[in-house]
Amino acid sequence: MTDWFDKMSDFVESVRFSLLITRREIRDQLRDWRIIFPVLALTVFFPFLMNFTARQILGFVEKYGASIIAERLVPFLLMIVGFFPISVSLVIALETFVGEKERGSIEPLLNSPLMDWQIYLGKLLAATVPPLVSSFLGMGVYLAGLFIKGVALPPFALLVQIAALTAVQAVMMVAGAVVVSSQATSVRAANLLASFIIIPAALLIQGESIVMFWGNFEDLWWVVLGIFVLTILLVRVGLAHFRREELLGREIDVLNLRWAWQRFRSEFVGEAATVWQWYAGLFSQTLPRMRFAVVAMTALAVVGSVLGYHQINRFMIPISETILQDLDENLHRMATAWALPNLLPVLMIWWQNVRVMLLAMILGVFSLGILGGLPLLVSMGVAGYLVALLSANGLPTLGYLAFVVPHGIIEVPASILATAAIFRAGAILATPTPDKTVGEVWLLAMADWCRVMVGIVIPALLLAACVEAWITPLVALRFF
Amino acid sequence: MIHAEDLTKRFDDILAVDGVNLNVGAGQVLVLLGPNGAGKTTTVRMLTSILVPTRGRAVVAGYDVIRQPEKVRASVGVLTEHHGLYGRMNALEYLEFFGSLYAIPQPHLRQRIENLLEQFGLLDAMRRRLGEYSKGMRQKLALVRALLHSPPVLLLDEPTSAMDPESARTVRDALHTLRSSERAIILCTHNLFEAEELADQVALIRRGRIILNDTIAGMKAALLGPPEYEARVVQQIDGWKSDLPAGVMLVASAPGTLRFQVDRPQINNPLVLRLLLESGLDVVSFQEVPRSLEKAYLAAVNMPEHP
Repeated sequence: MTDWFDKMSDFVESVRFSLLITRREIRDQLRDWRIIFPVLALTVFFPFLMNFTARQILGFVEKYGASIIAERLVPFLLMIVGFFPISVSLVIALETFVGEKERGSIEPLLNSPLMDWQIYLGKLLAATVPPLVSSFLGMGVYLAGLFIKGVALPPFALLVQIAALTAVQAVMMVAGAVVVSSQATSVRAANLLASFIIIPAALLIQGESIVMFWGNFEDLWWVVLGIFVLTILLVRVGLAHFRREELLGREIDVLNLRWAWQRFRSEFVGEAATVWQWYAGLFSQTLPRMRFAVVAMTALAVVGSVLGYHQINRFMIPISETILQDLDENLHRMATAWALPNLLPVLMIWWQNVRVMLLAMILGVFSLGILGGLPLLVSMGVAGYLVALLSANGLPTLGYLAFVVPHGIIEVPASILATAAIFRAGAILATPTPDKTVGEVWLLAMADWCRVMVGIVIPALLLAACVEAWITPLVALRFF
Repeated sequence: MIHAEDLTKRFDDILAVDGVNLNVGAGQVLVLLGPNGAGKTTTVRMLTSILVPTRGRAVVAGYDVIRQPEKVRASVGVLTEHHGLYGRMNALEYLEFFGSLYAIPQPHLRQRIENLLEQFGLLDAMRRRLGEYSKGMRQKLALVRALLHSPPVLLLDEPTSAMDPESARTVRDALHTLRSSERAIILCTHNLFEAEELADQVALIRRGRIILNDTIAGMKAALLGPPEYEARVVQQIDGWKSDLPAGVMLVASAPGTLRFQVDRPQINNPLVLRLLLESGLDVVSFQEVPRSLEKAYLAAVNMPEHP
């Protein structure tokens, strides 16, 4: 117990040094009119504008009895009022490291006896406080305006939810910007890379708006949780790859495609001289490295099926026996049309599945691997839901299984492997790799993903498509 | 105090520092000389644990630069090429911030700041924004920052380059005092006058390699040959000839002047002088011909490279 207290007090003492940096930087920001004026404008003037807009729209829509739109608009505008100062304050976060590097003031700080994480945390906090404070101030001004004008405020629980959403969004964007700043070679490069933060964040806001206008307010908590996890990962990535040497070492932005290709190729090919050796490497090195990710994705697939199965309690659709009447005829027609050697349905099914895996990869790239599992989760959820739906309607579930199991036994493991590869890529990015840059780590992780895709997933999906087109309809016919 | 062994740093395909060996004891000043891009800053950054050596090892103030980076940084005062001041802070705030990072207790810190600012003539400007400081003032303040935590080791990059002669003198005097108080100092400079005044040792670095590490006198002897001595005589002689002792060579002769290159002057100079007198020449003066460090430096950097 004493040990624990000693460790805690050491940690608190260490954090104190980070706070010295935070305090200095915030004081510096408060002395810069180029930061103060826009932030003040967005916290004071913009909420009034939103307030005015809200009242005008409320008056307009209520004339036509669309009071539900009015109800949803007030919290939506509150979220927008909170978001705008964050996007402006992002400039502070974007230049937190690279700006100091350009001004030449970073080296004395790097020469100080502070550890890397202390410097990083100090700067992260300094970049987080202004956007958060200005967001909450703006939201306060907006709500106060509504209150004074006698407009009904959203329920307290919703206010808390939007405050939480704004807070995690602010920290996520700042954490992303600080990662960019610690890795970029110039402020110009950091500003150009900012679109990788602003665009996904804007898309997220649009998604949240839809959820909000739809009235699924409780679902917003899932969004809060998701962003929170992503924020933690972004902070972890920043800490894992923050190195004094990198910050001072890199001077110019050169896109070295030749080097990138050579690194990618050497990781993709390995030491293999033949295809057999390459496959041996894939099974003896790459797949064992992915074992934890495979276990995680398998668990995700199971969770997806179970969650999907339980959705029947929320979305019960009655199915009448008549739907099954045409099934036999349709199955016969399908079995005839898709019979061997017709390759078109095979290629269509295969391409569809490959496209989903590519989507998983793109989602994974933007979310440090987390959202890479989303297509798998959704697919397994739909499968689980359909089983429950048939069962709830008293229809034969065995017949349904005949529709999915023959190709599913190949397709599902292939999907698990593909999503595990992208999940692992995200995990690697969040792991300290002292001798590699973020770009290099990402390049090598993508090479691993390509190995799995080319070596196993794409051929397995082709095989599964053959089974789905040529065998599954015949098997299903036996059960109906 | 500073010990580096085979210190090497490679950036991708560029070998910035190649097998540097250094030894600087307490109370010694090592001047690191070399052309721009020779590897001086990279060497200093490795010694401050900012850059991790690709090969080799270094111990600074008793701490290993790879395994104990925080302890190394706490024991070193660094003056970098870019002074890195925060323009919106005043000198007092700036130094208090860095003093806190080095965990200097508050009452002692304020006293230390005021003493150092006074020493370098900045006390009156203590509350002025650093953005308003002149180049020389900034450099002095950066030096104060490097000295703030009384480090046993100082690594100074061009400490007087932007200063007026009076300020530069103040800094050089301060460096003499620091040397007397047993600090180990590495000084990177292009100012050869300064190097000559301060250096106990000179290390000449070219393309990442130390090509010479010696005292100033040793370096001059190695690069320019034995020292030269000039004798002025009353007689307007021309073409004086005599049997000179071994290790002595007549290199120039003009009416009333003879110039010798003398190996082992302690032994040979009395012999030369005796010879001149025995030849019936009335010697007015006999003194060493000053040879600039610049000449030696240029000879070194233009030397053909060994494979």
